[in-house]
Amino acid sequence: MGHDDALKYTPLYDLHLELGGKMVPFAGYAMPVQYPTGILAEHKATREGAGLFDVSHMGQAYLEGPEVAALIETLVPGDIKGLKPGQIRYSLLMADDGGILDDLMITRPIDDADGTRLFLVVNAACKDQDFAHIAARLAGKAVLTRLDDRALLALQGPKAAALMAGLGPAANGLSFMTAAPVDVAGIPCLVSRSGYTGEDGYEISVPADRAVDLARALLAAGAAPIGLGARDSLRLEAGLCLYGHDIDTTTDPIEASLAWVVPKRRREEANFPGAARVLAALRDGVARKRVGIKPLGRAPAREGTVVARPGGGDAVGIVTSGGFGPTVEGPVAMGYVPPDLAKPGTPIDLVVRGKPLPAEVVALPFTPHRYAKA
Amino acid sequence: MTVKFTKDHEWIAVSGTTGRVGITVYAQSQLGDLVYVEVPAIGKALTKGGEAAVVESVKAASEVYAPVSGKVTAANDALADAPETVNADAEGEGWLYEMEIADPAELGDLMDRAGYDAYVETLH
Repeated sequence: MGHDDALKYTPLYDLHLELGGKMVPFAGYAMPVQYPTGILAEHKATREGAGLFDVSHMGQAYLEGPEVAALIETLVPGDIKGLKPGQIRYSLLMADDGGILDDLMITRPIDDADGTRLFLVVNAACKDQDFAHIAARLAGKAVLTRLDDRALLALQGPKAAALMAGLGPAANGLSFMTAAPVDVAGIPCLVSRSGYTGEDGYEISVPADRAVDLARALLAAGAAPIGLGARDSLRLEAGLCLYGHDIDTTTDPIEASLAWVVPKRRREEANFPGAARVLAALRDGVARKRVGIKPLGRAPAREGTVVARPGGGDAVGIVTSGGFGPTVEGPVAMGYVPPDLAKPGTPIDLVVRGKPLPAEVVALPFTPHRYAKA
Repeated sequence: MTVKFTKDHEWIAVSGTTGRVGITVYAQSQLGDLVYVEVPAIGKALTKGGEAAVVESVKAASEVYAPVSGKVTAANDALADAPETVNADAEGEGWLYEMEIADPAELGDLMDRAGYDAYVETLH
């Protein structure tokens, strides 16, 4: 495909073409949905070996100011003040009504001795509004600096650590959800032990003008290039939310089964946006809950599929992510159901092309996480 | 036997008044790895251009339309357990269903192989 002026391009665009990537528009960027081997092979390559993902479309920024952790706690419900240097937290950018503006990763840099700096990574489709929101809410107290001159690569899979041992061995001193500056293939990077596949691996922030060199080094060491298609099937099997689908401005964290993102201190302080709704949901319960859904047949149930009470009953819920799980070797889904149907093992129906198909509520994830826990 | 093609990338292999229907090699290459195929029930009445079958890749479900009107006489049930057959042999073992053609004149609206190949060229 030729260049389309309406689209943006990551530093790896030409490499994606060279690798035979099938480019599609995603969040305003031309991104590879798959390479010639196809989504099934890419998914398996990541579960069994090491996969390389271009996630440079995501937003990276530094947030700097005195007591910056306390400042960002006015926007997110997580324990950020408790982060030690080098620790990463998954959190949610909250709307004032308790909806979710985005999910994000917040890192306290390992060299941040005085608590004045955080590194943020947000979703591509949300980054402009996220960064504007954070800058506006913290105006005069903290300064947000976008890192548009940096690319982001993810290396994921059970062989990621062995591969990294040859290129940036210092990265293997990191445990899950920690980060540090590491030279990878001689390139200065910020390496996080984190990811979006349920596997061990790294997310690597790299200067944009060195991104191709880094990607080539990782590919030469044995990583397989992986497109957005497998990225989605991997995260779905891992039970991880996709913003704009499983969570959005209408869902609160408790409905979304993300109560663990709101620790005890923050519940007691109740000083984050939307705290009233979140605390009410914790106290009174919720009308719907995000659950794992396993269709019992072979037909996938896609996003938007209606969930009904079994035996041709009422429509009571909706699938928010659904497709085929290559590792599960069958259809997998997530969605919202009433609390009385939320217990694993509960039978439900999925209305696919007008026909009710039997399914079951299941515990997430579909495939066990294999993180490098400390 | 003649094979005809639609702009929606179905093929129909015609012998007499019956036709065997599938999706083209080009169609499967565009869809990617198929993980589920739903073939029509025998006896189902099909309308030209109406929904006849469903093929699903990891990413998405796609409808397969009837190239001509008629009635389903056979379905390739083997695809239920082996949807990848459509990727491997779309215009052979990966056929979807057979039909009794209601009005052979409708075949006149379809493309022959050369016409379809030329049409696919315009899509690149």
